[in-house]
Amino acid sequence: MVPPVSVLVCVKRVPDITEEIVLSEDGQSVDGRRSGFTMSAHEECAVELAVQAAGTGGGEATVLTIGDAEAVEQLRNALAVGCTAATHVVGEPFSFGPADVAREIAAVVRAHGEEGRAHDLVLLGNDAADTGDFQVGIRLAYELGRPVVNGASMVEIDGDHVVAVGEGPAGQETYRVPLPAVVTIREGGVEPRYPSVPGRLKAKKIPIEERQPVGEPKGGGRVRMTLPPPTPSAVQILGEGPEAAPAVVDVLEKLGVLSPGKAAQ
Amino acid sequence: MADVPGSARCVVIGAGIVGNSLVHHLARLGWRDIVQLDQGPLPNPGGSTGHASNFIFLTDHSREITDLTMDSVAQYQEMGVFTRCGGFEVARTEERMEELRRRMSSAKAWGIEGELVTPEFVQEKVPFLDKDQIIGAFWQPGVGVVDSLRAGTLMRERALESGALTTVPNVEVVGLDVEDGRIRRVRTDKGDIEAEYVVIACGVWSPKIGDMAGVSIPLTPAVHQMISVGPCPQLAEHEGEITFPIVRDMDTFCYERQHGADMEVGSYAHRAILMEPEDIPTIEQSKLSPTELPFTEDDFDTQLEQAYELMPELLGADGAEIRYAINGLLSLTCDGSPILGESHVKGLWTAAAVWIKEGPGVGRAVAEWMTHGFSEIDVANSDIARFHEHQKRREHTRLRTTESFIKTYGIIHPAEQYESDRNQRLSPMYDSQQKLGAFFYETAGWERPHWYESNAGLLEQYGDAVMPREHEWDSRWWSPIINAEHLRMREAAGVIDLTAFQLFDIEGAGALDSVQRTCVAQCDVAVGKVIYTPVLDANGGFRSDLTVMRLGDDHFRVVTGGAHGPADRQWFADHLVGDAVLTDRTDEISTIGLWGPRARDILASLTDADVSHEGFPMLSCREITVNDATVLASRISYVGELGWELYVSFDDAAALWEALLETGDRYGTVPVGIGVYGTTGRIEKGYRAYGYELDAERTIIEAGMQRPKVKAADFVGRERYLAQREEAPKTVLCTLTVDDHTSSSGQKRYMLGGEPILTRDGGTLTDGHGHHPYVTTAGSAPSLGKHVLLAYLPPEQAVIGTELAVSYMEELYPVTVGSVDATPLFDPNNERMR
Amino acid sequence: MILTLVETDPEGAAIEVSLEAVSFARDISAAGNGVPVDVVVFGDVSGDLRGELAAYGVRKVHRVTGDDVAAYSGAGWASSIQQVRDAAGSVVVMAAGTDRGNELMAHVAARSGASMAANVLSFSGIAPFVVTRQVVGGAAMEEMNLHQRPAVFTVAGHAVEAKPADVAGDAEVVDHAPSIAPEDLVARVVSIAEPASGDDESGALTSARVVVGAGRGVGGPDKFGDVLELTELLGGALGVSRVVTSAGWRPHHEQVGQTGSRISPDLYVPCGISGAIQHWAGCSSAKTILAINSDAEAPMVTRATYAVIGDLHEIVPAINEEIRRRGYAG
Repeated sequence: MVPPVSVLVCVKRVPDITEEIVLSEDGQSVDGRRSGFTMSAHEECAVELAVQAAGTGGGEATVLTIGDAEAVEQLRNALAVGCTAATHVVGEPFSFGPADVAREIAAVVRAHGEEGRAHDLVLLGNDAADTGDFQVGIRLAYELGRPVVNGASMVEIDGDHVVAVGEGPAGQETYRVPLPAVVTIREGGVEPRYPSVPGRLKAKKIPIEERQPVGEPKGGGRVRMTLPPPTPSAVQILGEGPEAAPAVVDVLEKLGVLSPGKAAQ
Repeated sequence: MADVPGSARCVVIGAGIVGNSLVHHLARLGWRDIVQLDQGPLPNPGGSTGHASNFIFLTDHSREITDLTMDSVAQYQEMGVFTRCGGFEVARTEERMEELRRRMSSAKAWGIEGELVTPEFVQEKVPFLDKDQIIGAFWQPGVGVVDSLRAGTLMRERALESGALTTVPNVEVVGLDVEDGRIRRVRTDKGDIEAEYVVIACGVWSPKIGDMAGVSIPLTPAVHQMISVGPCPQLAEHEGEITFPIVRDMDTFCYERQHGADMEVGSYAHRAILMEPEDIPTIEQSKLSPTELPFTEDDFDTQLEQAYELMPELLGADGAEIRYAINGLLSLTCDGSPILGESHVKGLWTAAAVWIKEGPGVGRAVAEWMTHGFSEIDVANSDIARFHEHQKRREHTRLRTTESFIKTYGIIHPAEQYESDRNQRLSPMYDSQQKLGAFFYETAGWERPHWYESNAGLLEQYGDAVMPREHEWDSRWWSPIINAEHLRMREAAGVIDLTAFQLFDIEGAGALDSVQRTCVAQCDVAVGKVIYTPVLDANGGFRSDLTVMRLGDDHFRVVTGGAHGPADRQWFADHLVGDAVLTDRTDEISTIGLWGPRARDILASLTDADVSHEGFPMLSCREITVNDATVLASRISYVGELGWELYVSFDDAAALWEALLETGDRYGTVPVGIGVYGTTGRIEKGYRAYGYELDAERTIIEAGMQRPKVKAADFVGRERYLAQREEAPKTVLCTLTVDDHTSSSGQKRYMLGGEPILTRDGGTLTDGHGHHPYVTTAGSAPSLGKHVLLAYLPPEQAVIGTELAVSYMEELYPVTVGSVDATPLFDPNNERMR
Repeated sequence: MILTLVETDPEGAAIEVSLEAVSFARDISAAGNGVPVDVVVFGDVSGDLRGELAAYGVRKVHRVTGDDVAAYSGAGWASSIQQVRDAAGSVVVMAAGTDRGNELMAHVAARSGASMAANVLSFSGIAPFVVTRQVVGGAAMEEMNLHQRPAVFTVAGHAVEAKPADVAGDAEVVDHAPSIAPEDLVARVVSIAEPASGDDESGALTSARVVVGAGRGVGGPDKFGDVLELTELLGGALGVSRVVTSAGWRPHHEQVGQTGSRISPDLYVPCGISGAIQHWAGCSSAKTILAINSDAEAPMVTRATYAVIGDLHEIVPAINEEIRRRGYAG
């Protein structure tokens, strides 16, 4: 019998990425009004892993975000796929730097602990799709004084330990870390699910805990965002349809990717 | 990929269902050198066609839309892309059930197979539907789904194969050049195209393109939310795209449509979410496509719950997930009709605000219109020329579509009035009318009193002669005061505000030729004569009916109804001869009607002019001084009484109105609303109205409006009209009276128009066109004490005394043919007009 | 002093992006009155590696060894780097923007209360130190203040060219055997599974000289035959778009893109891949791109070096045939 585990999974409302990025006028954020908003693919997997981890032992999966009123959409989405509770730290997301976010998550973890619902495991995405800071989970671990595994694609609860598996430079790496712990998740280990209709209806009825930030955000040092200039197309069209094959192989020969060593005897 | 050619006979902008259908039909009709452009890639350039739910319900209360739908279905079937699956419109409330009965009546009128069925019947065909949620349904076995992208590709390929077409995808239109009122050139990011004809068929982007040529295409992109739930095991076990009938859950404004293993749930229940065409993202800025916008979940909350309520086992099945959810963009217009036809820029056409179910039909109609000047299916209600200035504002479209979006599946009364963006055009008498408690209807932006509460006192006087209506639906948007006003007018006189008339003058050398060429009636008459005339298209169908006054040798004034006014003005403008000039006078001249047995007494007491029968004969007009104002008086009547239309400047109108009421009061005269003018007064006299009895699919002969002679001068449609005179009519416009109004529940019911006419035992009638008879106008005839219906009947039934039935809310009521030509039921010899 | 983490491959050679980072460090040095450039290396430093680092102008090579760092742990390795920095007094701590590099620099920053900038492309000014870095998966850039000391950041792959210095350095090897606090060793790799041989795991994909890409345009899980054959003929690896892995047509480790592998082959042959930004983020470092696509306007085509327009299921077999015809099919 696996003891019930409480997982906190942290998500961020980010603009969906489209081919043409539009920035806000002040250059402080990506304008997602046309593309829509989502959570990072990494976080979708983190939510799925959180639900799985909590579900095996009848535990809890609490989803947390820091953001404005709109970010409730991402909380609801997580609730719709099986999270059981949600916490919304209300704040203008662009004013929070990675250290600010880590501090706020840590404050929620501590507060929940004091309220008798301590989180054994905190899952985050490896990096946010918009700011790409690659550090919130690690900073959180230091704030909480907990061990952290970075970039895992699978986690499993094994008694009072978490087993996390990720891709390292030399192959698949396995960590076995005592709880409580922090793990940041990289996409690829699990298939995030879409919400079901009953799940969606249930999600609407779960109350969302609202909290105020514990500190004044210091920001992440952003001056402004810019877009790289479009590179003019210099493509050379080799032809249309199968007739272009000889021209293609000419290029392959020129590039030397068809080594003569491979030539037929 | 083809390059952008330097010139073309015709450029079609858009490769959605409409553009593709259009190029096919143009090529079929012999057009060559057609160039089709789209900003996106093929076969799905990213417009509304690409995410359409692609199902087709056949029945609409509008005949025009139904005909376009039926034609489209035939075309889809011919292409092999139509799958018949049947469809239910289900009712959760009795009020909706009544509406389904009405829809059933429309289906009968338009000849569409259907029946009203029980919840058990529905559940048998849709086993995962909870029958306890519904009380009945309207079953249409002919409903189906289409592959609109495939259809578009097939039609485009047919045009390409015939050598008539060059299609260039991924090219953006950046400008339209207009010279001397004609389209000359399409400018694109890949070169300019000189063109004789350009058709804007690019859906939600059309307004943006229209603006490039100064043409208002008043549609708005609007969100329609849709989700797709699956895989549902109940669906997955069946092969193919669709096995189960489509369900329209009318009371929740939702539909449930199977798509393979998924169930699509679409909604028209959310708040209206509108967009400006300029704000639609580019292909590059879009996550899915420019018209598949991010789903806004909160707006869908209620609908999701209701859908789950209806199909709990299916939508809650294990493993069934919401795999796709979009805010899909589609086009809406202020009156719900498409925007078709040639704009005021010559050669620049539109074919926009069209749904999948009408696409191929619209393509054919517009192609025919471009080729011949008319189309087999009359699309006058969709003519871009119909818009008044106030309707061309984006604000108007925004307000009206916001109001009407929620009515997409709504129960809309035939007389229902909009609430938003009213008071756009006020007659000089508006203040006075408000004080009189006028109940205003809107026509062409004008606020028109339909009746006056100040006349409520007459109800007691006339008692049951006002034919009160017991049923709420029958009496909605109606008042017995209308009938009281009618009776008082016939007894004494009535004063009617007709400011909404569209008036335009045709002057200068060529003026006579211009009106002669346009009008069927002889216009080469003495100055001071008034002519009532049909206006035909080249096919001999009605374009309009209106009056023309000859005010001088080279000066004619055309007076026509407000609603159809802009289209008439466009038609006359397009047919001007020589140096004739058309000037719109609508906003400077007000019209007041004065009719009734005491009309002459009233007018005589306000003027020194001779208004005797001899001094001011019928169908004559001249300027006289009334109440110290110069007034063009015209002796004519649309209500069958002695009297005049008084044309007076806006400045003098209010004073004249007051004087007429004040003086008239002594003779028992009251202000009378349009309820009398438009319905009761006219149908007692059997007068036909354009848009009801008269349209492009009807002939003068069928309408019973032929005169003994045809003028020698040529006019549009003359050749066809002469031929029609030689043929036996295939259908005949008749006046019928309802013999018994009592329904099975004992309540008396009154038809409102659109109902099918059947044999006494409910059998179907079919005329020589293959059409089934339906009521074109229904209304009280208080002076006859009868409820009167106008309808085209097969010639065999068009005999006075023929006993038939009208089906109303799926009950039969006996009717009898009272007149088979234009002979009025009331005062057949027109003695009262003398 | 500027301290740069140099990562090594299983053969003990410096990986390309680490050499780029060292080159970047030299640029900072040049702008900052010649502050010395040191590197930190975990494990063996061979003569070859030392020679290469010398050629890159490195002053000292801080070699970290010992049982505590034999197995990887983010906190443990970061503690080591911090101890090296404390001992040598560096004002900048940096690494290549690899998974390890980003992770370790995040640890270093968190431990020293500093900011951390991931995937830096360039810097503009030393005092204050302002960097420009990649955000939104490389689709946008962010200008960021990095005023605190130490300045901690990683360098985005291919932001600068890896090139030896004009003047070689000493590359003096300095040994460190730091003692690591037990709590920093709690999250530690306990086992590594080598990729099964013959299976094109992501390692093979990121190091492949030729990558053949396949996207939605392939049409289905059973339609990869032609593309796989081309991959084989070119001796390359198969990489796919996110649509393909999401649909379950191919395994996730073959995914190229923002959330998959980032590749930098000599030649990338994307077949039926339109080139959405997520995918582009993973393949933009390819030296040559030869796109096969039915849409001449697809972003992948306009950004490619070469392109063939048409149906990949007609074109790819023809290319395979032509390669064999010219005698390359061994």
